[in-house]
Amino acid sequence: MDARTLREQILRGEATVLETVRSALADIDRRDGEVHAFLTVEKDYALERAAALDRELVELKAQGAVPPPLFGVPVAIKANLAWQGFETNCASRTLENWRAPYTATAVRRLVDAGAVPLGTTNMDEFAMGSSTENSCHGPTRNPRDLTRIPGGSSGGSAAAVAAGFVPLALGSDTGGSVRQPAALCGVAGFKPTYGRISRYGLVAFGSSLDQVSPIATNVGDLELALAILAGVDERDATCLREPAPRPQSVGLAGLRLGVLEMAPNSLEAGVEAAYNAAAAALEAAGAVLKPIALPHGDLAIPTYYVLATAEASSNLARYDGVRYGLRAKQYRDQAPAGGSLQEMFAATRRAAFGAEVKRRILLGTFVLSHGYQDAWYGRASRARRLLAQDYAAAFEQVDAIISPTSPCVAFPLGARTADPLSMYLADTLTVPASLAGLPAVSVPCHALAEERNGSGQDRQAELPVGLQFVGPAGEDARLLAMARAFEELAP
Amino acid sequence: MSAPTETTWVPVIGLEVHCQLKTASKIFCGCANRFGAPPNTLTCPVCTGQPGALPVLNDTALDLALRAGLALDCELASVSRFDRKNYFYCDLPKGYQITQYEVPFASGGGIELANGKHIRLTRIHMEEDAGKAIHDRGTHTLVDLNRAGVPLIEIVTEADMQSAAEAFEFLGLLKERLRFAGVSDCDMEKGSLRCDVNVSVHLPDEPWRTKVEVKNLNSFRHVRTAIEHEIARQISAYESEDPSRQPVQETRLFDVDSGTTRPMRGKEDEGDYRYFPDPDLVPVSASRERLEEQRRLLPELPAQRRERYVSEWRVGAREAAILTADRPLADFFEATVRALAENEGGAQAAAKWLTNDVLRIVGEQGTGSLSDMPLTPGQLARVISLVEGGELQRKGAQCLLARLITEGGEVDSLVVELGLAAVTDDGQLRAWCLAALAGRESVAAQVRAGNEKAIGALMGPVMGSSGGRADPARVRALLLELIREDGP
Repeated sequence: MDARTLREQILRGEATVLETVRSALADIDRRDGEVHAFLTVEKDYALERAAALDRELVELKAQGAVPPPLFGVPVAIKANLAWQGFETNCASRTLENWRAPYTATAVRRLVDAGAVPLGTTNMDEFAMGSSTENSCHGPTRNPRDLTRIPGGSSGGSAAAVAAGFVPLALGSDTGGSVRQPAALCGVAGFKPTYGRISRYGLVAFGSSLDQVSPIATNVGDLELALAILAGVDERDATCLREPAPRPQSVGLAGLRLGVLEMAPNSLEAGVEAAYNAAAAALEAAGAVLKPIALPHGDLAIPTYYVLATAEASSNLARYDGVRYGLRAKQYRDQAPAGGSLQEMFAATRRAAFGAEVKRRILLGTFVLSHGYQDAWYGRASRARRLLAQDYAAAFEQVDAIISPTSPCVAFPLGARTADPLSMYLADTLTVPASLAGLPAVSVPCHALAEERNGSGQDRQAELPVGLQFVGPAGEDARLLAMARAFEELAP
Repeated sequence: MSAPTETTWVPVIGLEVHCQLKTASKIFCGCANRFGAPPNTLTCPVCTGQPGALPVLNDTALDLALRAGLALDCELASVSRFDRKNYFYCDLPKGYQITQYEVPFASGGGIELANGKHIRLTRIHMEEDAGKAIHDRGTHTLVDLNRAGVPLIEIVTEADMQSAAEAFEFLGLLKERLRFAGVSDCDMEKGSLRCDVNVSVHLPDEPWRTKVEVKNLNSFRHVRTAIEHEIARQISAYESEDPSRQPVQETRLFDVDSGTTRPMRGKEDEGDYRYFPDPDLVPVSASRERLEEQRRLLPELPAQRRERYVSEWRVGAREAAILTADRPLADFFEATVRALAENEGGAQAAAKWLTNDVLRIVGEQGTGSLSDMPLTPGQLARVISLVEGGELQRKGAQCLLARLITEGGEVDSLVVELGLAAVTDDGQLRAWCLAALAGRESVAAQVRAGNEKAIGALMGPVMGSSGGRADPARVRALLLELIREDGP
């Protein structure tokens, strides 16, 4: 059941908020042991808030007022969004037991819209990863196949929606961290134009790429989430100075869609079949398909891993054990003999971060270092501009560009952990739009590929595939309207 | 050829001045920018570097920075940018300092010294201050983040100074301009002005030798002592030709007690700062309207004011210099002149009264400056008018001013209350004159014999009888009249 339907039920009196929240909590209790979507479940808070909302509803009804758009809807929050008074640990030992002293703008806006946050969801440590296996609390499993990864880094949020624990969850997307897990879990995920949703309170990974991004069971709920989450925020200098966009309507007939040119054999067979079926369905509905190349597309992955790691190396410098979070044990009360401040920083950071985070901090420190900066960070910044120009040129010819969201379906747990590069390549199709700051949405498309369902020989063929739409900067509402029109083609 | 001596070495000195801007709040958050609050009480998620918190530029900090740039004749960039300077230290909450590295908001400009030498500025950039690490509390290091995020401008000069005296003079002029512009208090004791110096020496027509940076200079006097010491140290080292003593490029700390410098421990300042544009902040644009607004708000600077006082208002050069030492004083003076607009020579009178009497009385109070006292420019103007109109004598005016400065009050009623009104009644004056003449026939005789100066011996007693309220000129005229009337 999606968020809007749930709210309607509550307003019609078919269920109280308390019943709704209790049932979601019970579901989590029963099934999240195996999925492990949540890092924390704030039961007391959720039940108390639910009861308060039920009381509020009586008053609202008496006044004839309309309850806010997410009234009574249980939601999940990725563990990298500050939520005052609650543990916001980023799946890192660094922030174990760290309770945020303030609330992120996005979380505040969900709560103001009547939502009931149930807890925080699992993720790759500091959002660095594509499988949610880089969590200090252990991986999340894909609800569609518990032997497989849910994608990442917002794997916990995608799994929470896919498992039916909540209809709506917040994630964050830096290079595909919401779109890819949404695709792999068979739900809808949307990364808005950079700056559309305030980043205030989103624990930074790659600040010039990070966007708070919603995950839902369908595009309609994403449109609702955008309307609630977007808008001016004085606390984020990079936030757009525009009001939240209003939902639009777009017909597929005559819509010009660019079909992203990809290297041959770059997609898994199952993904290719689902994607071809989706493209065919769009064409049958009247969309005009046109091949589109991004001449600098090959530079996207190396560019991304230079820029994102450079920013990360600086963003994660604050975890030094001085003010909050983990401090190396030997330095907790008093410095050991021969200890120094620099040694405390080193010991603390050695103990605090997982292997992937360390790898990226090292990479980022290297690409910014004196004598190497222009060759790495400087060139990557120039490549980023070239890629943005490629997109600008493409959008003179088409309204949006389609591609699969991920070149592969969910892979088995552990399959790629030993090979970071193969993990990085899982982001090939999502990273370009991130670098260009463009809105991009992933919608499930596997149901359209009948031949896949028919084969039935291997479970991989039944795993979800996502179709990604990338649109021009600022056209978030139009892009979501297209995605919704596509979604309506699926049975 | 003789060996080089101290006098042939030429010192080369450049300064880096950090100056806290006088904003109500910090540069990237809403916390108060205030000195002296209990530790860590002026903090929030942003300035303590909490995960997820973001900086947003305080517009007033930008305005004051631009105004400082205008006050120092800099060229202002229409767009500047913030970068991150990455290093680890316990007083640096984010693990990086937000500063302007590649594109500062101001470049060029400078200040002219009294000897006509122009000291050029390389650049001025904005940045955030770090917190304060306190190391002398037993085994622990304590951190106070009240200062973290206080807006700073860093003013970097070219190495245009050649002596400690020039550096000292430059700093004085810089402070004067920034205070006049309302940009900063420039109070070294409160840390709102901090200065690092770069010193090297060379022989004429030879390249500059190794540059040494000296930090930890907490007063103008320390700056002067440190430069003097460093010049002497370097020259003596070069002249000794002892390889172990040759200056190396390093940062040295000034030791207040010994007045010498010593190498800084560790290599904390030799790091690779990995500067890159801060992705959390957007480019800073200084629109033409914004610059015009700051130009409008920029008060006339001390040198210009001095010039105007002397050339337009015929104020003495010495008085003009005193009056422009401090902006509130200069503003007080100008307000007094405005209030005296009707009076011929009002500016000269106001300058004299302010520099001679008012400042002396204020000084006698021990603490506080003129702006802390109740006296207003309007009152001073009224006092001056009364004097010029002959209704108040100098002595009486001084007495009145002392009262106005210490306790305040209303001029005309105080004149009555204190009995200070000038005695203009000729009958009364004549009576005092006759009393003075009685028994001083010899004086009268001298006057009659043509020695008018002798009359001075009669003036004192008459003025004494009047309690200083008589007009000396009138008394003198009356005495002459009486002596001649009485004569043969």
